[in-house]
Amino acid sequence: MQTVTQRLANPTQFMDLSGRILPWLVGAAAAIIGYGLYLSFFVAPPDYQQGETVRIMYIHVPSAWLAMAAYTLIAISAFGLLVFRHPLADVSAKAAAPIGAAFTFIALVTGSLWGRPTWGTYWVWDARLTSVLILFFLYLGLIALRSSIEDETLAAKLTAILALVGIVMLPVIKFSVEWGNTLHQPASVLRLGGSTIDPSILKPLLVMALGFTVLFVALHVKAMRNEILRRRVKALQMAEVARAQAGQLAAAAE
Amino acid sequence: MLVKRDLRLAVRQGGALGTALGFYMIVVTLLPLGIGADLKLLSRIAPGVLWIALLLSALLSLPRVFASDYEDGSLDILATGALPLELVAAAKALAHWISTGVPLALLAPVLGILLNLEIGAYPVLVATMLIGTPAVSFIGAVGAALTLKAHRGGLLIALLVLPLYVPTLVFGMAAIGALLGPGGVTSPFLILTAISLFAVILGPIAAAAALRLQMQ
Amino acid sequence: MQLTAENLVLSRGGRTIIDGLSFRLQAGEALVLTGANGSGKTTLLRALAGFLTPASGVIRIADAADEREIAELIHFVGHLDGLKTHLTVAENLAFWAAFLDGSDSHDSAAEVAAALERFALSGLADIPAGYLSAGQKRRLALARLAAAPRPLWLLDEPTASLDAAAAAVLVDCIDAHVRDGGLAVVATHMPVPLARAQEIRLGLAEDAA
Repeated sequence: MQTVTQRLANPTQFMDLSGRILPWLVGAAAAIIGYGLYLSFFVAPPDYQQGETVRIMYIHVPSAWLAMAAYTLIAISAFGLLVFRHPLADVSAKAAAPIGAAFTFIALVTGSLWGRPTWGTYWVWDARLTSVLILFFLYLGLIALRSSIEDETLAAKLTAILALVGIVMLPVIKFSVEWGNTLHQPASVLRLGGSTIDPSILKPLLVMALGFTVLFVALHVKAMRNEILRRRVKALQMAEVARAQAGQLAAAAE
Repeated sequence: MLVKRDLRLAVRQGGALGTALGFYMIVVTLLPLGIGADLKLLSRIAPGVLWIALLLSALLSLPRVFASDYEDGSLDILATGALPLELVAAAKALAHWISTGVPLALLAPVLGILLNLEIGAYPVLVATMLIGTPAVSFIGAVGAALTLKAHRGGLLIALLVLPLYVPTLVFGMAAIGALLGPGGVTSPFLILTAISLFAVILGPIAAAAALRLQMQ
Repeated sequence: MQLTAENLVLSRGGRTIIDGLSFRLQAGEALVLTGANGSGKTTLLRALAGFLTPASGVIRIADAADEREIAELIHFVGHLDGLKTHLTVAENLAFWAAFLDGSDSHDSAAEVAAALERFALSGLADIPAGYLSAGQKRRLALARLAAAPRPLWLLDEPTASLDAAAAAVLVDCIDAHVRDGGLAVVATHMPVPLARAQEIRLGLAEDAA
């Protein structure tokens, strides 16, 4: 009886399983996010300071959480590739990078929009926004490195090393940004509306976070399926090339 | 010994150091031209500008750290020595620091004159740069190792490595401020040192791993 | 000392280049690898050197007396010469001698001089390596073999760019090394008349003959 990871490690079985659960994931994501949006925009109270604009937080904060989580997932996949040579590890890492970058981008944009009415500008160098921005660059680095190396196996492993270096440096970077912030000016208006987190704010936040997570999983699974299919096509094409070459040699030898 | 050879090479080849120093000077010169010659303003931003321009200038010679040995076949032979590849990588990063990082750090106070840097800041500036630039060379070496076979390696190194320089930059600046401020606080300086040590130890491990993959 | 390969499967870029190769080489023996370009000679040499991890199979270097890693037991002379153009001939060789020996430059000065002499490069000792002709560079690369002692020699097309006289010097060098109990694996697609050499012909299945 195989363990879950063993079963999932086989690409064919993964395709099988993922194909079956994907529609459910998408449906669940839509439902949960829909509910979350309803809660965020109609049920949750406006902030005593920021008014209605605080509602952007319900998209901004979960996006930022997902951005971090996605990078962690990439780092774990990288570890799985380099240490355990897990067959799907690289597929996972490659698929997650653009999705993580997208969530990071959403976090940046919503953070900026949220700040506009409050600070009067579209950007402020507070600790969280700055960290998210740097995280965005780390994602870009992963994507750029992978696309600039032709040998796919090599690209996979080098990108994995970069992801691990990134995950090790990320706490250091966050720490340094926060330190730098306490020196200059805090002005972290992005605090969650007061010193305590009211349950009426917490609930929509968590629901949106859950919805985003399910959405991420759905997107990730779909992207992994695409990547597996792409690799299969490539393998078939390479086999075709080898056959043609063998045929040519045989013909020339006659 | 490998360090000695690389240094000798750097001297013989000349070019790279001159280019880095020249770049440093030009970037620092562009600043007052772009921002305006308000001496008080320049004086305030001088440490930051000098640090940032140093990071950019160091990037110029990073691609060559491993590339030339890889291209002429020396890397293969270096891998067959008694030295583990990690130490080989460390030696090359060290050579980069001595041949690029240190000269840039020593040039900084001279350029500080252009920016009306306050006199008291000079020794502190150089000290923080000398302590912080090992991180620049050793983290940069990881970037160089990862991008050996990549297209547009030079630009790619910048994208990969600059975000990783943020801690060094932040604490470099913090150290200057703290040492010059009341009480001469040293904790940011110590953290800066710790970051450099961290880079010196872990950088070669990552770089060697990347090199091994590309020697296959 | 013994070099053994068992059921070696080597692949590169997703293609299997060598499938199930086995051989054994004893001290005092040489192995010549022949085959067309692309048949896997370089791949096999790099695998023996430890640069390339086999897809499957085992490479073993067994020696009762010597506990060092494979990397420290070999001389690897590949297609590229491993020379720094801005260093002189003597400096290049002195560096490699010292690096491979794990010693200081001064200790190996005698070996370096002897090696330069062997490969007829003494007159060029103070010339920057970048000015040398292809054949001279090749001789300098090969001079490494004489400048630092190592039991297993892995040579990839060593006679490329060499004229007949230089090639003869190289063959003598390899023969002497093997006679003294060393091992040598030489990949070549030109004939290299080594005494006491087995031959393995690598190639695609279609042109096995």
